[in-house]
Order: sequence, then structure tokens, then C-alpha cells
Amino acid sequence: MAKQGDWVTVKSVILQPGERAPQVPQDTADTPLLQWVKGHLLQDAEIGQQAEVRTRTGRLARGEVVEEAPGYHHSFGGFVPELQQAQESILRAMWGERK
Amino acid sequence: MRDNSYKAVMARRNEIMKAAVGLDYSVFESGSIAFDYEGMMAAPGLGMDEVNRVMRSFSVGNTPLIELKNISALARKYARPGFGARIAVKDEACNPSGSFKARRAALSVYMAKRMGYQGVITATSGNYGAAVASCCAKAGLRCIVVQECFDSRGLGQPEIVEKARKCEALGAEVVQLSVGPELFYVFLRLLEETGYFNASLYTPYGILGIESLGWELARQCREQFSQEPAMVVATNAGGGNLTGTARGMAKAGCGAPIAAASVDLKGLHMASDGAFNRKSFTTGHTGFGMPFTTWPDRSDVPRSAARPLRYMDRYVTVTQGQVFYTTEMLAVLEGMERGPAGNTSLTAAFALAQELPEDSLLVVQETEYTGAGKHQNAQLDFARQNGIRILTGDPALQVPGENIVLPEHPGQLSVREVSLDHLRHSLIKTSMGGRDALPREGDLDFLAEETRTSRDYVTDAINRLLEERDEKNG
Repeated sequence: MAKQGDWVTVKSVILQPGERAPQVPQDTADTPLLQWVKGHLLQDAEIGQQAEVRTRTGRLARGEVVEEAPGYHHSFGGFVPELQQAQESILRAMWGERK
Repeated sequence: MRDNSYKAVMARRNEIMKAAVGLDYSVFESGSIAFDYEGMMAAPGLGMDEVNRVMRSFSVGNTPLIELKNISALARKYARPGFGARIAVKDEACNPSGSFKARRAALSVYMAKRMGYQGVITATSGNYGAAVASCCAKAGLRCIVVQECFDSRGLGQPEIVEKARKCEALGAEVVQLSVGPELFYVFLRLLEETGYFNASLYTPYGILGIESLGWELARQCREQFSQEPAMVVATNAGGGNLTGTARGMAKAGCGAPIAAASVDLKGLHMASDGAFNRKSFTTGHTGFGMPFTTWPDRSDVPRSAARPLRYMDRYVTVTQGQVFYTTEMLAVLEGMERGPAGNTSLTAAFALAQELPEDSLLVVQETEYTGAGKHQNAQLDFARQNGIRILTGDPALQVPGENIVLPEHPGQLSVREVSLDHLRHSLIKTSMGGRDALPREGDLDFLAEETRTSRDYVTDAINRLLEERDEKNG
């Protein structure tokens, strides 16, 4: 249960599949246009419930609570052997074989 | 109650934009194809000195021009004897928000504050969001960044996720959307709801801000190298980077040729939910570069101030794998870790330098910041997880959306030439619309300026177009 005042992400549907712009390709037209906004909850809510938040700029936004205390989880990723090879080939081309 | 349906909001777009940009575009219109481009650029009444003063007030600009001695020497190994220009790069990553976009944002935010707006909104998934957020932080204005970030499964491009984090770190509100051009509809609704300023990438303010880059670059070449650049390479997407740089160079009396460079993403639809996470570049690519070069007014303002075909001498493409490879090169040969997308022009420069004499100077006009998500390692790992094959081999074998091929050695860094005549004809065709006769002289002169050609060239192109149409209908 997220409490009033907690920082959460709410998700909402802006356009249903049938309402998409005429020029979008079929794979996009088959999906809804979704929006994610972060803000402080105006009332207690469970994940999955509809709720209202006040955003950074003071706007009110409504949607399904999808995440409490949203963080950042992107990284530099795992090992990419092709980049290792790239470095080695660049150094070899520049400096030759070094002991 | 206001009708907020898609149709109703789009129908109100012109009045919403007029209120949000503080510029009446109708006064520059001729009622036909032509409009008064230079009149529009002069309308804000900002000279180069004032533009530079605004840059300083946001701690933007005055970035170093760095000679890449090792990369230059390496390129020379693949050139004919006596060829292989010195390559220098303008280290735009040194701007407060980490890219040249700070210049674009500084002037827009300055104008927003001067005109009394309480906040600023921008629609971008790129470095421009952080740039606007950074300037708003300094100016004490509120800021909303609208981003196309996720596919319909909620899977985000690591590069865009990082840009969202940076905007939030700089105090902005970020509104994130799934894939689709209706982002513009959300953007219009937010402008109406808040009454904030539209910091469009394509207003005269944005482009005048970038002029400071070209102006600095020209002066630095003289001060540090005592010579004019033989060529300047600019990454091309929406066209503003190249346009502003060229105009600023001209204002400093520098007429060096300008090459545009984009990452080749041929075959990937930009509005496709399925293709969204199959590309590893979110900007600087042909998916923006081609359409915006041949039709600048597709932007979010009535008339775009970014008109790159007026200024480019060449247009070349490079591959995703080549840019990632060059990004590694900048790190291990020059000790500079920078973001991949900003190295698109450096990748092209490595090949283009080999066409120029070794005593000449080639300038790459930007770098951008790097970090978690916005890094070749993160992007290639993400690509592989999304079914893209990562290979080492001949970059010519790349198929955007299916594989990424990193070169085996620096000799496989090359450029592919885009026909400027093809782009010019495309621009003329789009400008003609349904017209079935030669337009008036003012329009012909305008199109000659738009395509950097002559009235005869434009007349000939239109006559051919009309003949083709007659044959089709005939």
C-alpha cells in the first residue's frame, strides 16, 4: 500500500488502439498510446489502483499506480566481446604489436 | 468544457503554438511557397554579441577545440601519401548539460523568461531535454520534458531512460510516452494546460543559439591553428546543428565547406512500435536526417529555422557499428570517453580526412556526454538482448534492425555518399504540392535558396516534375 504523499509512477491510456493517428504503421495502431508520469500521491492507493498525483510542476495527473518509489536501474550492461575486440584492433593498428 | 479529443486539439494547433512561442509566423508568409526566412531569423533582434552574452550567462559555450593527434595519425596510415588532414573536435560535452544542445536551450529559456512565461515545455527524447532542464534550473523556471521512451511492452531504450534520469536530476518533470507521433498531441495539451513556453528545437531562438558554436569554431581555428578549416563535419538529424553552425561560421567570415553526417537506419520505420527498440541510435540518424532535410517544415512550428539543405556541401552516412567503433577509438587513442551518438560526425571525419591534404584542418563540431545507458556497452548489450546480432566484420554487411557490424580494423571506417541532387528534387517536389504550373518568380528564387542552386536549376526540376506527372496522368 502506497501512502498519501508517497512518490509513485502512474500510467494512463491517452489514446485507445482505435483512436491512433491515421499515419501510424499497423503495429503501432494496434496498441494504445500510453503515458507514465511521476508525482506525490494525493490519497493512499494499492499498486494497480487508479489514483491522482501532484507532479513536479504542480499539475494533477491521474492513472494506475504502477510503481512505488521509482528508481533508476539502467546500467553499462554486461560484457560485449566485440567492443573488446574493437579496442584491441584499434591499439594494434595504431601502435603495432606491443610486448 | 474544452474538447480535448485528438482531432479537436490538432485543429487548434496553430493558435496553441502562437501563444506558446511568442512569435507570429504569419507576418513572414508570402501566401505561396516562399516565406521570409532571414526576416524570421532577425525577428528576435538578437545580434551575435547578445547571443554570446546569453550563452555566458548560462555558463554555456566557450568549449575547447581539441586536436586529435593520434586519431589523425591513424587516419593518415590509410590515406595516399601527403593526405590525411589534422582532425580537431569541438568538445561540446563540456557544456553544463553535456551537449551542444545547451546552446539551443539557453536562448529559448532566456526568451521565455524575458517574455514572462512561468515555465517551459519541450518535446524530445534527446540531449535537448537535459539542456532545457539545466537552463530552466538556472533561470528559476519550471520545466516539463515530453519523451517518447517505451514500446508498448514498457521496455525503454537505455539511452532514453538515462536522458529521463538526467532531466529529473536537473529538476524537470518528465512525461513519458509509448511510441507514436501523437506525442505532439500530448505536447499541445500540456501547452494549453500550463500556458508554458514551447522551447521548440526549430524556432529562430534555438538556431541563433547554435550560431555561437560556428562563430567560436571559426575563431578558434584561427587562434589555435592559424588556418581556416578545409572542412567542417556536422551530425545531421533535424538540421538545426548544421544550420546554426554554418550561419555562425559565416558571421565570423568563415566559408569552409560543411559535410552532414547521419547514421544509416534505412528500413526502420520511426513510428513503429516493433522497430523502436531495434535501433541503437535515437538521434543523428537518417530517419530524421532525410525527411527533415527535404521538408524542414514538418517540425512543430509553422516554419522551421533549421534548413540544412541551404548550407550543406555534402551529405554522407555511416553505420551504427562504425560509430560504436569510433567511440572506442576516441577513448583508447585520445583518452576521451564520450557518448556514441555525438561521434557520428567523428566517424565520418576519419574517412573524410583521408581525402584532404595532411597540412589541412578538418573540424568535427561536437561531442556529447556519456554515462550509464548512454554508452556503446549498454546499447550493444541491450541490442543483443532484443535479438539484434552483434558481429565483427565488414560494416557494409549491416542491416539496420537485424545486426550491428563493428569493423575489424580502422581501414573499414568509410562513408557512403548521399546524392544532394536527389534531396534537392525531393524538397522541390514537396514544396510544389499539387501545383500544376511553374510558381511565381519569388517562389523560384526561394526554392533556389532552399536548395542552394539557381533559378534555372529549380525551373528545370519543376518542368521535369510536371512532365512526369503528365505522363502518369496521360
